[in-house]
Amino acid sequence: MADIMDSPVVEAAEQSGHLILNMGPQHPSTHGVLRLVLEIDGETVIKATPEIGYLHTGIEKMAEAKMYQQVVPLTDRIDYLAPLSNNLCYVLAVEKLLGDKLEVPRKAQWTRVLLNELSRLNSHLVWLGSHALDIGAMSVFLYCFREREEILKIFEMVAGQRMMTSYFRIGGLALEPPLGFHERVRAFLSTFPSKIDEYENLLTYNSIWVGRTRGIGVLTTEELIGLGVTGPCIRATGVPLDLRKTNPYSCYDEFQFDVPTRTEGDVYARYLVRMAEMRESVKIIQQALEGMPEGPFKAEAAGIVLPEREQMKYSIESLIYHFKIVTEGFRVPAGEAYQAIESPRGQMGYYVVSDGTARPYRVHIRTASFGNLQALPAMIQGRLLADVVAIIGSIDIVLGDVDR
Amino acid sequence: MISEELQQFPVVARLLAWNAASVLEGKVDRNELTLVLDSAHWLEAARLLQSDPELHYDFLSTVSAVDWYPADPRFEVVYHLYSTTRHDWLRIKVRVNADQEVASVTPVWPGANWYERETFDLFGIRFAGHPDLRRIMMPDDWEGHPLRKDYPVEGYR
Repeated sequence: MADIMDSPVVEAAEQSGHLILNMGPQHPSTHGVLRLVLEIDGETVIKATPEIGYLHTGIEKMAEAKMYQQVVPLTDRIDYLAPLSNNLCYVLAVEKLLGDKLEVPRKAQWTRVLLNELSRLNSHLVWLGSHALDIGAMSVFLYCFREREEILKIFEMVAGQRMMTSYFRIGGLALEPPLGFHERVRAFLSTFPSKIDEYENLLTYNSIWVGRTRGIGVLTTEELIGLGVTGPCIRATGVPLDLRKTNPYSCYDEFQFDVPTRTEGDVYARYLVRMAEMRESVKIIQQALEGMPEGPFKAEAAGIVLPEREQMKYSIESLIYHFKIVTEGFRVPAGEAYQAIESPRGQMGYYVVSDGTARPYRVHIRTASFGNLQALPAMIQGRLLADVVAIIGSIDIVLGDVDR
Repeated sequence: MISEELQQFPVVARLLAWNAASVLEGKVDRNELTLVLDSAHWLEAARLLQSDPELHYDFLSTVSAVDWYPADPRFEVVYHLYSTTRHDWLRIKVRVNADQEVASVTPVWPGANWYERETFDLFGIRFAGHPDLRRIMMPDDWEGHPLRKDYPVEGYR
């Protein structure tokens, strides 16, 4: 975060007769508090400089002062459109550090997959709605939020919260999924594919939509990989890079699904990839519902995972463990672990360093939006001002995810 | 000295064949390979890791640092590399003190730009050859580097 208005960038622009246009951080099309300083010649963007940090909350510093289990609610606040992906990535990293001290039951892993795919739908729906709204298709926004509401109600049903779910725990889930949860997800899935058709009817062959999105924001695959771009943006250039397939975690290798790709690499291709991804997510959720294993929802690991309430009434050890976990936390063997997962926006990674105490020594968070946003200046350079809005929408940033 | 077991990894063997002094330490912990490289050879080693067709670590996932205050050298700059063709992870560490510089890897992976700016902003580690080393998260006139261990969580009052 810096005041670029006093910098040499502005002086150079003034000398060459270009106009400096400040876009954001309170601009509705920047999806939060992104600030872009654009140097424009007429309608053409000569240079774009993103300024970020307006939403920096110091989560990495805060995590160092918390006990391991207390960090989970912080992770919700990073990518607030896919809090469950953040929860999952963090708990997987800590579980990797704990090693063979606990084994996460299969039911917990499958439920994690199910909820993560619902998060992906949730996130893609907000992306589609706001992206379409930016370009001028307002009705799509209203339709998307109608379906998203149902997903948020499902999250509220399992976690008690619509957005800040904090539902995953180190070793499993916070609570047993409630009665009627599967029926509710099934009911949602029975109508949702027809809703995707509805969105596609409105947009895919809409000549205004195609005209505004086709052929813009294109970079080569090598450029994108070099800049650290992941997720639908890289898959739209024909690279089937998806950690759910290439480096599976949390039982993803037991599910049948395809990784949709396109080869054009433009804004329209990213749109098509995300639409196809929503259909794949529906397939994964269906498989998770059909094959959901029976059994416990959290690991048996005394001193790490909270014991059952019922047990605490007759077992003194359980009561002691409960007291110790809540007051002192649990020690994690010294070492380090990096866990990366495929979030709705791309590769998300948690690097957790332990010094053997109950609090993490260091938590570093690699977020997909931060990596993807770096490619924005290259994508909008030389394009028209109106394309800037379409390109920002297509890389699907969440500023909480960028600034952390 | 690098153990026999570690030399079985193609990346270790390749780096040692290129320059035996470049790798200072290595370990496999929780199935993750970590190599500590010499800061003097880091930029050249990065070029090799990125361009060698058999290694092909073309994707820089993240750059960050760990502050081991009051140890000497104080910081470990940590790079997580990924190969998009072999789907393989590698963690590289370069150790530095607060008054030393690390070579910037922006010529090798342009995406390192913002990660290095962030590490500079929050840890105060300087990257030599970085095109635009300004603060990225904190305001320009901010005092101190928040992720250092001697910086209090609630900030300076």
